[in-house]
Amino acid sequence: MSHHIIEVDDLHYTYPDGNQVLKGISVRVTHGEKVALVGANGAGKSTLLLQFNGCLLPESGRVRIGEMPVTKKTLKHVRRTVGLIFQDPDDQLFMPLVYDDVAFGPLNLGLSPEEVDRQVMQALAAVGAVHLKDRPPYHLSGGEKRAVAIAAVLSLTPAILVMDEPSSNLDPKTRRQLIELLKTFEHSLIIATHDLDLVLDLCPRTIVLKEGRIAADGPTRAIMADEALLSACNLEKPLRLQGCPVCTPA
Amino acid sequence: MGSIENSLYNIGYLETLSYQSTPIHRLDPRVKLLTTMVFIVAVVSFPKYAVGSLMPFMLYPVVLIALGNLPVGFLGKKILIAAPFAFFIGIFNPLLDRQVMAHLGPLAISGGWVSFASIMLRFVLTVSAALILIAVTGFHQVCAALERLGMPRAFALQLLFLYRYLFVLGGEAARMVRARALRSFDGRGLGFGTYGSLLGHLLLRTLDRAQRLHLAMLSRGFDGEIRLLRPLQLHGRDVGFFLGWSALFVLLRLCNISQWWGTWVMGLVK
Repeated sequence: MSHHIIEVDDLHYTYPDGNQVLKGISVRVTHGEKVALVGANGAGKSTLLLQFNGCLLPESGRVRIGEMPVTKKTLKHVRRTVGLIFQDPDDQLFMPLVYDDVAFGPLNLGLSPEEVDRQVMQALAAVGAVHLKDRPPYHLSGGEKRAVAIAAVLSLTPAILVMDEPSSNLDPKTRRQLIELLKTFEHSLIIATHDLDLVLDLCPRTIVLKEGRIAADGPTRAIMADEALLSACNLEKPLRLQGCPVCTPA
Repeated sequence: MGSIENSLYNIGYLETLSYQSTPIHRLDPRVKLLTTMVFIVAVVSFPKYAVGSLMPFMLYPVVLIALGNLPVGFLGKKILIAAPFAFFIGIFNPLLDRQVMAHLGPLAISGGWVSFASIMLRFVLTVSAALILIAVTGFHQVCAALERLGMPRAFALQLLFLYRYLFVLGGEAARMVRARALRSFDGRGLGFGTYGSLLGHLLLRTLDRAQRLHLAMLSRGFDGEIRLLRPLQLHGRDVGFFLGWSALFVLLRLCNISQWWGTWVMGLVK
């Protein structure tokens, strides 16, 4: 389906305080692709993510979801198509109970109560969090919060999932579970992260941002092998691709 | 630092109590809210020197604590924490109102002491009723009930968000205060100067978070109205609970049961 495509064309964005963060980004993500967005702190990753669902609107250039340009008028449709998962689940889980939070989006779409319930339970089941549904979000562990935050977006049945640092602050096992979970998704996936090992596991394609511009865009394997590029963008080879400290001591 | 965290844990514990499933917990939140309100109005409306006639009202908290499986010690501590407020409201009465109202053996009891006792008694009754309401209902349910009973939606939402982010903000504040304490030596660095900047930071962070929160809400189709999918249904037992207790409160308010009972017991003794 064509609405699974994100197309960004010469996008510029400056924050109201004069900080120019995006300086001409052009990128195209097609249906079902899993793409990593990496780069130094302040390279513009989060700002770019906020452009994908119209939380920020371009200063110049264009963002299109499928056939639809992201403008004020198309916001409702765009936000249903593009689900954005925030870095800090506490920003996203604001309702008194987990169930209410996951139901928040579907209810805003005006679905019938039965339909809402179905979507909510489906989304909770997808992330393995059905047992949490009657708990308030502030009594959850970090991993549980993350799972619920994902469910809260899944319940809108978006075609494209956009995630900001999904593996931050998770213990190794929970992180692994998250990776396995994301592998099962058939959505187009755009993940902004510093966790390059996660990128290696999940995303065949990587986009490297540097100071508001695209420094590289290509197959993850090739980019992760290019040490000069990685170093220039404040990155480092994924740990798994580095030499074993036991076998080959430096 | 510790105190901020402790109070958060305490609020959290009050909330945990509401996860239980006792007959009291299962009642409709509106009914519990209304009953609590009738209780409070009845207790507060007694004349200044009422003490004996307030006693029977103890029945309500006692029954709810028993049926709702609530820890008496915890609630008692919560009441004690708030007690100084009532204490200082009432403590001047014995000084101002010295007219002797009763004699207990050689001890003359002035009207001031009687009204002081009355104030403390009312305080214990009303505060325990409110705490019990939260402990058997849960804060969000109380908000939902308030909204259903006609409280403007904006206020109900404010309350909900306030409660939700109390924990986040409290945690943040506790961490900042701890970070400051760890780098303050001999009381240096703990002054008002750093306190001001700490508060300022907290405010800025809160504004940032509010902004992100708003974006998160917009991302999921927020249009100014929060919808809840939780149908509230009144059952016979809910109506029974409300009518039964309300009738009792009104009765206790209008007739001085303790006095009757006292006279009756005295009659038996004679």
